[in-house]
Amino acid sequence: MTTPEIDLAAADALLGDDTARFRHDYLEVRGLRVEFGGFVAVRDVDLTVTQGDLRFLIGPNGAGKTTLIDAVTGLVRAAAGSARFGGTELLGRATHRVARAGVGRTFQTASVFEELTVLQNLDIAAGARRGPATMLRRRRATPDAVEQAMETVGLTALRDVPAGVLAHGQKQWLEIGMLLVQDAHLLLLDEPVAGMTQAEREETGELLRRVGSQRVVVVVEHDMEFLRSYADSVTVMHQGRVLAEGTVAEVQQDPAVVEVYLGAPAGEPATATEGPA
Amino acid sequence: MTGRTSTLTARLAVLARPGRARALAGFGLAAVLLMAVAPVLLSPFRLGLLGKFLCLAMVAVGIGLAWGRGGLLTLGQGVYFGLGAYLMAMHLKLADAGPGGVPDFMLLYGTGEVPGWWEPLRSPVVALALVVLVPAALAAVLGWAVFTRRVRGAYFAILSQALAAAFAILLIGQQQTTGGTNGLNGFRSFFGYDLADPVNQRMLYLIAAGVLIVMVVVARQLMVSRFGEVLVAVRDQEDRVRFLGYDPAAVKTAVYVVAAVMAAVGGALFVPIVGIISPADVGVVPSIGFLVGVAIGGRATLLGPVLGSVAVSWAQTTMSEQFPSGWIYLQGALFILVVAFLPGGLASLRTTLRRRRRPAREEEPGAPAPVSSDGPPAADLLPEGSRA
Amino acid sequence: METLLSQLFAGLSLGSVLLLAALGLALTFGQMGVINMAHGEFMMAGAYTAFVIQGLLGDPGASLLVSLPLGFLVGGALGLLLEATLIHRMYRRPLDTLLVTWGVALVLQQVARDVFGAPNVDVAAPGWLSGAVTVGGLALPKTRLFILALAVVCIVALALVLRATPLGRRIRAVVQHRDLAEASGISSRATDRLTFFIGSGLAGVAGVALTLLGSVGPTLGTSYIVDAFLVVVAGGIGQIKGTVIAATALGLLQSFFEFSTTASVAKVLVFVVIVAFLQVRPQGLVSVRTRSLA
Repeated sequence: MTTPEIDLAAADALLGDDTARFRHDYLEVRGLRVEFGGFVAVRDVDLTVTQGDLRFLIGPNGAGKTTLIDAVTGLVRAAAGSARFGGTELLGRATHRVARAGVGRTFQTASVFEELTVLQNLDIAAGARRGPATMLRRRRATPDAVEQAMETVGLTALRDVPAGVLAHGQKQWLEIGMLLVQDAHLLLLDEPVAGMTQAEREETGELLRRVGSQRVVVVVEHDMEFLRSYADSVTVMHQGRVLAEGTVAEVQQDPAVVEVYLGAPAGEPATATEGPA
Repeated sequence: MTGRTSTLTARLAVLARPGRARALAGFGLAAVLLMAVAPVLLSPFRLGLLGKFLCLAMVAVGIGLAWGRGGLLTLGQGVYFGLGAYLMAMHLKLADAGPGGVPDFMLLYGTGEVPGWWEPLRSPVVALALVVLVPAALAAVLGWAVFTRRVRGAYFAILSQALAAAFAILLIGQQQTTGGTNGLNGFRSFFGYDLADPVNQRMLYLIAAGVLIVMVVVARQLMVSRFGEVLVAVRDQEDRVRFLGYDPAAVKTAVYVVAAVMAAVGGALFVPIVGIISPADVGVVPSIGFLVGVAIGGRATLLGPVLGSVAVSWAQTTMSEQFPSGWIYLQGALFILVVAFLPGGLASLRTTLRRRRRPAREEEPGAPAPVSSDGPPAADLLPEGSRA
Repeated sequence: METLLSQLFAGLSLGSVLLLAALGLALTFGQMGVINMAHGEFMMAGAYTAFVIQGLLGDPGASLLVSLPLGFLVGGALGLLLEATLIHRMYRRPLDTLLVTWGVALVLQQVARDVFGAPNVDVAAPGWLSGAVTVGGLALPKTRLFILALAVVCIVALALVLRATPLGRRIRAVVQHRDLAEASGISSRATDRLTFFIGSGLAGVAGVALTLLGSVGPTLGTSYIVDAFLVVVAGGIGQIKGTVIAATALGLLQSFFEFSTTASVAKVLVFVVIVAFLQVRPQGLVSVRTRSLA
């Protein structure tokens, strides 16, 4: 069996060409605030991400990156603020309604349905809008989108393999494939390349770049090399706030970022490499 | 290897898998045994017993779906079994009493008048409809209420058990209208057919066997359908399913209602076959008892719950005749041993043994790599110069 | 007014019984996540301990005082045995634990039936607990007051153990973060066992107390286990405070519903109230909000 590979041509077929449709989506977060029993995890966060702008979200542990995603997807309740996508307010909606509004996400630890096959995983992801009549019947043919998603993430040969036995990187690709068939137009990816080999990272990066040109994509990532290679823009979070935003180069020059990351004002000698937890 | 050929081979492999053909043959054989062989070979008494076991097995089919596939540990199926049974029993009592008549026990304990909420059950059509609709409605309301609020796992189990306790206490407390501890019994006819006639008894058995077979077919369709796949997904990763745009509460409520209806139909057929329904058949203890057979047979399999349930009922009847206390020890021991050491039930015995025999588990090709921790932000975000 | 007060007392008294039954569960289910259906049978074992001790000592007063600590030990020992043989294999399978412990409960009931016989037995209450204290025209049975006091003592003792002792700190550490606790040198195995010992011991104490209210039979535990679990669920997980409030509230509710309807309808109404309550607060009365998925 050949090593699975990302198939960008299949990705293009699946994503379609949005320039033809003149569709331009964006995520707009305003004044977002999340509290956990008195502790403010996210405060006054503004964030705008447009289609074609592959946005990376970084920051030290506890900066509120994952909480931000949790709030947008309805997993935790926001105390204040708004998050709009495609003209729809996402905050206050039940998680499955957020998903139906075209928002998809992955998790820090790849979460696929381990007992179900690759095909079943993707078919479920593709089917949230199916009516009862379709649901109660057995799947006869593989939907085109599912076929293309399998090609995209290189798992066609493993279609009948339970997802639980996939390699770590393959599971993460499967999750991305699930977002694609889910027809999510806003993709929130939480550490999509954690634990991947260098080759896998590069393939994932190329795929994300391709997806990002047609969809709104936000990536939470710690891998700085990956970030430098693929990010169009970066938002740095620290202690629940947005610290800086801009291109990779701009952010790297930002004194506030330097201070947070080195634990000392820029220019002064520093030894700490870890941000505050 | 191109995608298409591998798909084809995979499809062929599934078709040629010996398990499927064997399962189909086994199912056909079981159907023939139930419908044709058993009625000829068994004495009317034994056939009645088997009919009773089949009614209990209907509850098990529903539990297999809800618990095995859906992960809903429902400890209160006695409630739905009881609702179906009592509604049927009430109709039979009214039918025996004749038009405008009053059931015997009401003359004994009650006011001698039929309470208003009994009246609709005089009609056979209404009674049959209510046998299905009342349990379905209760399960839908209750299921929706708890599942949308994400009450799950142990909490759901405890609530369902409390429901069974409350139901049994309610039945016992309302002696004038429900027969109290004695329950309802002494039915003479079933929709106009004399229950004392062995021919009619056999007919009842055949109805039960037929209904059970239909239920197994329905359960199978639900398992292989897309709904069945989503159900397993909800069982294993409810939150992930939610992020795909499904409402897990709807999926769970649906399977809970199906399980409730199966239990209710089992209860409704139990009444004419066994001749009595009482709170002792529907409370906390019998409700958990339904689970023994399901656990032993294999909760997530199609036929496991049926076979396990019939086997357990049979063992219970045989043993409690001779050693009443022995049966309780055995039931307890089965619960402990099967659930603790063979969670897949007897259906998984072979794979479990195989795994035991080969303890040096070979590293799976796709063993997950250690998940990287939410690691520290790399300081190399900064340009080389600023690090000095 | 007088009926209101007497209903209030009846409710508090019922609440204290529920609390005694649920306190151990709050520890084993609430803190450890183990659903022990045999908890009721540990109560039964405590009750039969009181019966045996009274047979040995004769004097009801002395035997009650001996039975209380001994019931704790008997319940605790049974719990320890159960934890060591079965439960420790199943911490990751809470629902299966429920079924396994139900099997254990069945076996224990039958053992009681075979040893002590199926009919109920009686334990005489000590002379100093017979009769009632009259407060403002209201007769409060001394046995009920004793149980109320016992419940208070148990809560205070448990709270002290959890808050002020090294064991309590270890229990809380393991509950909050098992791996981290282990990494900092706390043996989670030993802590689990001790927690289970204390929780089960409290069931034994509850069983001894129940002998003051009625006769003792093999199914004594079954009649309390469902209510006790409801108390823990309604109270919320991981907080003794929630259990105390929930037990009191359920006791009062049951008592007032019973007054206005019948005992059986009251039971159903209490159930409806709990389901409705969980609609509002699915995590129970007292809960800590976290960002974890589970």
